[in-house]
Parts: sequence; structure tokens; C-alpha cells
Amino acid sequence: MSTRALLELQNLSTHYVSAKGTRVVRAVEDVSLRIAAGETLGIVGESGSGKSTLALSILRLLPPAARIPSGRMLFEGEDLLQKSDAEMRRVRGKRIAMILQDPMASLNPLFTIGDQVAEPIRVHEGATRASAWARARDLLKAVRIPSPQARLSQHPHEMSGGMRQRIVGAIGISCEPRLLIADEPTTSLDLTIQAQYLNLLRELQRAHGLALIFITHNLGIVAKMCDQLAVMYAGRVVEQGPVRQIFKAPAHPYTRALLSSIPRMSDGRQRLTAIDGQPPDLSALPPGCAFAPRCPSAFAPCREAEPPEVAGVANSRVRCWLAAPGAGRGNAGNGAL
Amino acid sequence: MAMLEAAALSKHFRARRGLFGGSGVVRAVDGVSFAIEGGRTLGVVGESGCGKTTTAKLVLGLEEPTEGGIRFEGCDLNALDAGGRRNYRKSVQAVFQDPYASLNPRMRVGAIIAEPLVTNEALTAKETRRAVLRLLDLVALPARSADLFPHEFSGGQRQRIAIARALALSPKLVVLDDPVSALDVSIRAQILNLLRDLQGELGLSYLFIAHDLAAVAHMSHTIAVMYLGKIVESGEAEALVRAPKHPYTQALFSAALPSSPEERREEIVLAGEVPSPLRPPSGCRFHPRCSSVMERCKGNAPALAEVEGRLVACHLYNSAGP
Repeated sequence: MSTRALLELQNLSTHYVSAKGTRVVRAVEDVSLRIAAGETLGIVGESGSGKSTLALSILRLLPPAARIPSGRMLFEGEDLLQKSDAEMRRVRGKRIAMILQDPMASLNPLFTIGDQVAEPIRVHEGATRASAWARARDLLKAVRIPSPQARLSQHPHEMSGGMRQRIVGAIGISCEPRLLIADEPTTSLDLTIQAQYLNLLRELQRAHGLALIFITHNLGIVAKMCDQLAVMYAGRVVEQGPVRQIFKAPAHPYTRALLSSIPRMSDGRQRLTAIDGQPPDLSALPPGCAFAPRCPSAFAPCREAEPPEVAGVANSRVRCWLAAPGAGRGNAGNGAL
Repeated sequence: MAMLEAAALSKHFRARRGLFGGSGVVRAVDGVSFAIEGGRTLGVVGESGCGKTTTAKLVLGLEEPTEGGIRFEGCDLNALDAGGRRNYRKSVQAVFQDPYASLNPRMRVGAIIAEPLVTNEALTAKETRRAVLRLLDLVALPARSADLFPHEFSGGQRQRIAIARALALSPKLVVLDDPVSALDVSIRAQILNLLRDLQGELGLSYLFIAHDLAAVAHMSHTIAVMYLGKIVESGEAEALVRAPKHPYTQALFSAALPSSPEERREEIVLAGEVPSPLRPPSGCRFHPRCSSVMERCKGNAPALAEVEGRLVACHLYNSAGP
């Protein structure tokens, strides 16, 4: 982490508040993360862990019920939370772009592919229609759409799912952003198409020096694509650090359990190590660590207070009482430390 | 003898092409043969449009085959009378992908699980209640679940309810159509373990369909790989996963995501996408995307033939030619 951060989140929280203000869902709580230029960060979590809310917070595309009560989001040194709506519009799509999960829902069925790929170029760079369409054609070529000129005047329904997702990718990189956020970009794709798309994203990243944030529940994508990993559980980042370090020696019991619960091709028919219980309800979190009720190594402090985030090996950080100085030492069942 | 045998099973659908176009035929399943042994799992893998879901529907009796047939415990299904078919349907049950869609939100869990019993067996209310409690216990849900509604359960618990319902009639074969892909990652292992335990306890056979190759490899004794309506390779699961032979199987397994960042495998990236099943390519259906394509692949469809103890449909392994 010697390089300067492109994006740095400092103690960011995003809460959803009910109309009467009586119920608060802490979707993102006290998250600190950083990503350097050209780096790939994977944010992993189950549904309801806050990973998509975190992505929307970075772009400030949150629904009206959301509040950001605290934190800073430094992008190239400027705090995105201090920007006006007009300034944010010049950031979105231009300096930070996003690819969403469902390519059918992120393309407008009534407009041609050319109009949609050219739109950000015309909006952000004031290009003429002709020059924006020429750029759009090059972009379609870059994402390997065959006969790009003819495709420009077609509509989304004339494309296959894999092609649509590549077009969404082309829109994402159209203004050469510094950071691209991809929210489950391949869940609707078949396996061989997914492999094509991930390789394409990696090539685009190398060619443009893009930083990538992958929001996913799939640890396989993280293993394939990412340098850094942040694991979210119940709105908090419970562990973060270099991907290789975390896969080799996960420090948080949740990460450890998650990694060992996934079937591997080479294991044959060995029994899986399942995680007991259910993911928690964010509006009724237990006191202390949110993972404690499901944690095999939980001990008294875990049920009383939230664990602090402490530094681990190789620039990793972990939020767990077992890793906290003093508190967890000498406790049985803590084999990894 | 295998418990269930499908021989040259085909299902064709008529499809209209465009508003004024003529009609075409989609060969969703085209001459597929496989066997499921008692107490064992057959895994079926393939991408969308390969015909795996249609195959499952044929096995469940939800679709009638256009050609070919299924023999269950030695009896040809086409030759069964109404009573025989009813018995077959009781012996073959299903668990579907999405437990949010497969459970009626207006019914209590007890009634959902009891429904197959109510329609098929003449049980008293007391006997039904006892059966429901036994089934809930089997899938490790508390007895009080019977009086609750599906919305009061999480995804993993709902899938347990769907499994309990599938087991109500003591089936011999359960069709599992992607049973964990809609569940949270931390819940999937629970359900896969439960399915494995139930198989051991009750001697169930499974037809396991999934997108996640590692899950199929984990669950199956034998695996069949489908591409555009045909089985291109089938055989013993571990050997097939370790050394796939058909170029499509090789590409499919090489596209699977790694289980750790250290795992580097040679990646075979397939060109293009799966062609439309309305106009499948001539000869071997995989030939336009195949890296080892030869002249005769274009005109001549290879048949499944035994190669080192497994079945492969590829000219590469069939030097003599047809």
C-alpha cells in the first residue's frame, strides 16, 4: 500500500432511515478502504451484507431514505461527499463508472446501441454526434463485438446476453474513467461467456490503467481477478488485505468458514464444512460482533462489544476480538494466531 | 440393472420464427441416453439452451418425449396405465432452484409438506400430522415450523421445506434443479450436506442439475455434459473432472473459476457463443467453436463411443470413422 490511493473511504457509514425515523438499518457501518490506480479490489459478502449499498454510496446514487451520517470518500484527493449534485454528475460516468448486474435492465430498449454508447461521450465531452458514434464504433470493437458498424444502429433485443454485457462494459469505459465499479457483472452469464468477459475486463484494465472494484458473492471471481479483498458481514468490513494472504491464512472466523464451505473441484465427495445459522437481520443486530451467534470461536467479549479493527499480517486488517491485543490471547480455539 | 434408463430420448418443440416467418423445430433434447443407479447421483452440466432442464422435465413426466423412452425399474413409461404412471410420479419428485417461487405464500408450511400426502394417500389428519413432523425432523427444522408461513423463513430454511415436501411420498429419485444457486454462499454447504446425508439415510437417487461445476463434481457419482441437446461426454465423476476428454468439456471445466489465487490452470477461451438451437450447426454441433475441428466434424455428427471407460462423442477419439 505504498502507492497513493485513488479512492480512500474513511469510516464511511450509510444508514437507511424509515419514514418516521424510528427504524434505522445500518447497511454500511464504519468502513475504511483504499484502492490504488490500476488495482483490483474485490468486495465480497452475502445478500444484505451492504456491498451494493457501499458501491452506490461511492457514486452517491443512494435512494432518498439513505443517510451518510459520517465518513469521508477521498477520490483523487477530493472528498466526494462535499461535492454538489452538479459536480457529482461530472464525476459519474466520466471519472468513476459502474457496470450493473443485469445488462437487460441497464440498457434502454428504445434506443440504439450507438446512441447509448455515444451518450456519455456527448454529455461529458460535448462531442458531436458523428464523432461520438465513431468513438462508439471503436469501443464496440474494443469489447469484441463482431461487425461493430452494423451493431451501432441495432437495438438491445437484437443482442445475446453476453453481447449486451459487453456493450454495458463499453459504456462503462467510454469516457476512460479512472475507476470502474462492477456489481456482480457476470451472474447472469454462462460459464464460458463469463470467462470471456472477465478476460476482456482484465485486458481493458491493463490497456487503460483502470482501477476495478468487483462487488460479488463469488470467491472464485475474487481468486481469478483481484489483488485486494474486503470481506463484508452485516454492513462492516470484517477482514481486508491482499487476496493471496487472505486465501492462504484467513484471520477472521467468517472468512475462514466461508472459504472452507465452498465445494472444490479437486476434493471429490468430501463433506463440506457448513456455517451454522442464518445471516443476521440488519435492523435487529445482536450486541457485540454480528457474527458471534454463528462463530465457532466466539467467547465472552464477542457478545458484549463490537470488536475493533486491528492490523494483521501483510497490510491486512481484521475486525475480531480474537485478533485484538490482550483480549483474545491465550484463548483456546484460536489456532490461527 | 439401473433404476432409471433413458434411451435415445428426444424432445422437439415447434417454434415460430418472427411474425411472418415459417415455423422451425427446436431440438431441445436430441437422442439422449443415460442411466441412474439406485442410491447414486447423476450430475448434468451444460450452459443455457443445452437441454438439461428439458431432460429433467422428461424424467419428471412433465413433458412427453417426441422420441425414445424412459424405463423405470425395468418398466417402459410409455406402456404404463394410469395407475402405473401415478406410481411413477410418486417415485420421482423434484426440488427447484428458487425456494421463494416454489412455495405457496398463502399456505402454512405443514400444509405445503402434507399436500402430496393429501392428494396421494388416504391418511387421517393425525397420521398426516405425524408424517409432517417426521419430515420436518428429517430436514432439521423445528416442529413448530409446521404452523408458520413461508415468509417467516430464510432462503436456506425454505429450501429445507421444499426438500421435506419432495420426500413426503418416499420417492426413489429426486430431481434437483440447481437447488443451491439461489441461496447465500454461507448456506449452500448446509443444503448440499443435508442432501448428501438424506441420500445415505434413505438410499435416494438424485438427478442433479447445476451451473456450479464444483458443486456438481462434489455431489455426483457420474456426470453427463450436454451441449445443444446432446450428451457430448459422460462418465465417472472424479475421472471426468480430472481429465475431461471432449473439447467442449475441456473448455467448460477450464472456464470454471479457481478455488484459490494460486490455482492457475490453462484456460481454453471459446470463441463465440452457443448457437441458436433453432439452427444447430451441421455435423458435430460444437464444431464452429472447437479448437481441434477437423474436416469430417463439419458434415458428420460423432456418436457417443466408449473411450477409456467413459462415453465421448468426438471424432478425435474415433479414428476408424463411422
